[in-house]
Amino acid sequence: MAFILKKAAISALVALGLFFLMIGIRTEAGSSGQLIYWTRFGELAAMVGAVFAGSIVIELLRRWIGPVGGVELPAGVRATFATLGRLLAPALLIFALLVPVIFYKERYLLDLGILVLTYVMLGWGLNIVVGLAGLLDLGYVAFYAVGAYSYALLAQSPLPLPHLVDGFPFVAFSMEQLGPWAFWVLLPVSGLLAALWGVILGFPVLRLRGDYLAIVTLAFGEIIRLVILNWQDLTGGPNGISGIPRPTVFGIPLTPGEHGFAAMIGVPFSPTHRLVFLFYLILALALLTNWATIRLRRLPIGRAWEAMREDEVACRALGINITTTKLSAFAIGAMFGGFAGAFFATRQGFISPESFTFQESALVLAIVVLGGMGSQLGVALAAIAMIGGFELFRGLDQFRMLVFGGVMVLLMIWRPRGLIGHRAPTVFLQKRTEISSSLVKEGHG
Amino acid sequence: MTTEAPILAIDRLTMRFGGIVAVNELSFTAGRRQITALIGPNGAGKTTVFNCITGFYRPSSGVMQLVHDDGAAFRLDRLHDFRICKYAKVARTFQNIRLFPGMTALENLMVAQHNTLMRASGFSLLGLLGAPSFRAAERAAIDFARHWLERIGLTERADDAAGNLPYGDQRRLEIARAMCARPALLCLDEPAAGLNANESAALSELLLSIRDDVGTSILLIEHDMSVVMEISDHIVVLDHGVKIADGAPRAVRDDPKVVAAYLGADEEDAAQVMEGGA
Ligand SMILES: Nc1ncnc2c1ncn2[C@@H]1O[C@H](COP(=O)(O)OP(=O)(O)OP(=O)(O)O)[C@@H](O)[C@H]1O
Ligand SMILES: [Mg+2]
Repeated sequence: MAFILKKAAISALVALGLFFLMIGIRTEAGSSGQLIYWTRFGELAAMVGAVFAGSIVIELLRRWIGPVGGVELPAGVRATFATLGRLLAPALLIFALLVPVIFYKERYLLDLGILVLTYVMLGWGLNIVVGLAGLLDLGYVAFYAVGAYSYALLAQSPLPLPHLVDGFPFVAFSMEQLGPWAFWVLLPVSGLLAALWGVILGFPVLRLRGDYLAIVTLAFGEIIRLVILNWQDLTGGPNGISGIPRPTVFGIPLTPGEHGFAAMIGVPFSPTHRLVFLFYLILALALLTNWATIRLRRLPIGRAWEAMREDEVACRALGINITTTKLSAFAIGAMFGGFAGAFFATRQGFISPESFTFQESALVLAIVVLGGMGSQLGVALAAIAMIGGFELFRGLDQFRMLVFGGVMVLLMIWRPRGLIGHRAPTVFLQKRTEISSSLVKEGHG
Repeated sequence: MTTEAPILAIDRLTMRFGGIVAVNELSFTAGRRQITALIGPNGAGKTTVFNCITGFYRPSSGVMQLVHDDGAAFRLDRLHDFRICKYAKVARTFQNIRLFPGMTALENLMVAQHNTLMRASGFSLLGLLGAPSFRAAERAAIDFARHWLERIGLTERADDAAGNLPYGDQRRLEIARAMCARPALLCLDEPAAGLNANESAALSELLLSIRDDVGTSILLIEHDMSVVMEISDHIVVLDHGVKIADGAPRAVRDDPKVVAAYLGADEEDAAQVMEGGA
């Protein structure tokens, strides 16, 4: 008890020091420019008192909650939780598949669903770099931007590919000839270009660790954005690029015309069709990311990523090439960011540097951290919670960020290791036992 | 004593850190299919020698040559980093255990087979597609890991996180992990540190079986003289980065210079040297 009081008193003292000038004295410029000030010791006392009481409450809560976390739940309850946990992922997937059916009439919700899935995909992509390989990347949005601009620029350029061989149909075409196939041809191209940039970023940061790596990746993200912003001739600068080709159902455009998809399957045209198609498209892309990640984790490359996160020195002693391992993590993570970027461009039909600010990187990283680093399900849940929650609090106007930040802080206190706080082994002899994430390293490089 | 050519020959190895000369003109050889112990008081430079051999430090000068059974020769002083394990087949353990704590014991052993599996997975492409050839390679890798888990008596705990294992098990797991890299030379940095008498005895047995059954040559840093005297074929003594003795265990134990070095360093160590193996 004395300890709690002491701690609260210290907090109150700090608050007093902080608030004395900020709240205790109010200054204002008078009518003729002279300084008017008056004291507000009442408010100051109230603030300090609130801090004192608040820290006692928090300390008591911590004592009360602390041991509860360590208590073993009864076996039955735990088994139920485990079953629910196992069913959660398939249930989410089925729900996602049904969203366009259930909410067909609600364009707003469909749009929100597409947005959430975009972030799920970005989260899963970044999870390879941060969660598996343990490389703290604060500039992930750069790859998103590279993907988006690659698609937008290539799809619009009049003749980017020279006629290499006259009369040889496979190489002699321009991008315009792609016509309705533009998206499907350029999607992989955008991903590969983003992967290339992943490698380009990877090289200079190979020897960097922790904070230094974070700073350089952050700078990289800004550099890409600033280049896009200032290279007016190519990217249109702050005006962005508009008129980006819309996606087609494998060559069939989603337009009202005779050759449109609606006419093809014999239903009246509705703009919602495109929304539904975009929804399934991003769902498929996200699931592809998920599938590849789960697959890669069980391959030697994925195990090397995780081993590198755990102990880089031991990896080198076991003959693992850290350079290629790091670069492959950057490249593959970036590739999925690039896919997501191309999708973003085709969905919006318009892109500008404003969509690729540091805030996006921070948001995606927050999703990964909140989800529980390395956990696929956790990242999906976190994306739903973050993006969905963001929309949920829309009614709160200017308090939205405050509430949102508060909820984030509380969540991280409650689950410091993220929503899904354990790691599933990639291979097992007798039985798959989850590994508590207190053992799992967060990586340093 | 066999007449086989030594697996590792070190010639005038020197390692300087700024003004400190941690290893000074050290020359010795490690016998093929033998256990060579590297001993010496604290700070003698033993770990530094290991770091040079395994590519963590670039030696200031000197030549280190490793020759495989098939005659392939590697200049370790010119090979660096992961290549020493990958090509020259030198695996090591660390003075402070360096397992992958958040991965299971089995996974630790799988990571050690990275290069073999990587090739089998077609650098991940075949693996992504689930090619049968990769599946077979992975099964073989799991079997090899299982074999080593059995050897160190950890089959039961194969699926537990390495960080959750008791200290002695972690030490043995680290040795098994190094063995899963299929080394020609195994370098162990104080594997008996922190083990009790029973565990030390089991460790001696394990090392002898690695030498005799697997045919791997071992380079061993160890302070526990009972282990050193019992299992080494050959001992090299280092003090202040300089070799002060080199020979069979009995001869080294009775060498007055060795006794003096240990006396100068630490009474307890000296007593151990003289008692060890007696
Ligand atoms: N990276 C380094 N930078 C500077 N000095 C170093 C470095 N590594 C080792 N040394 C110095 O080299 C000397 C030998 O150290 P080393 O760790 O090789 O000793 P050791 O024989 O392994 O001792 P111990 O029995 O305590 O493990 C010490 O004086 C140490 O301070
Ligand atoms: Mg040492």
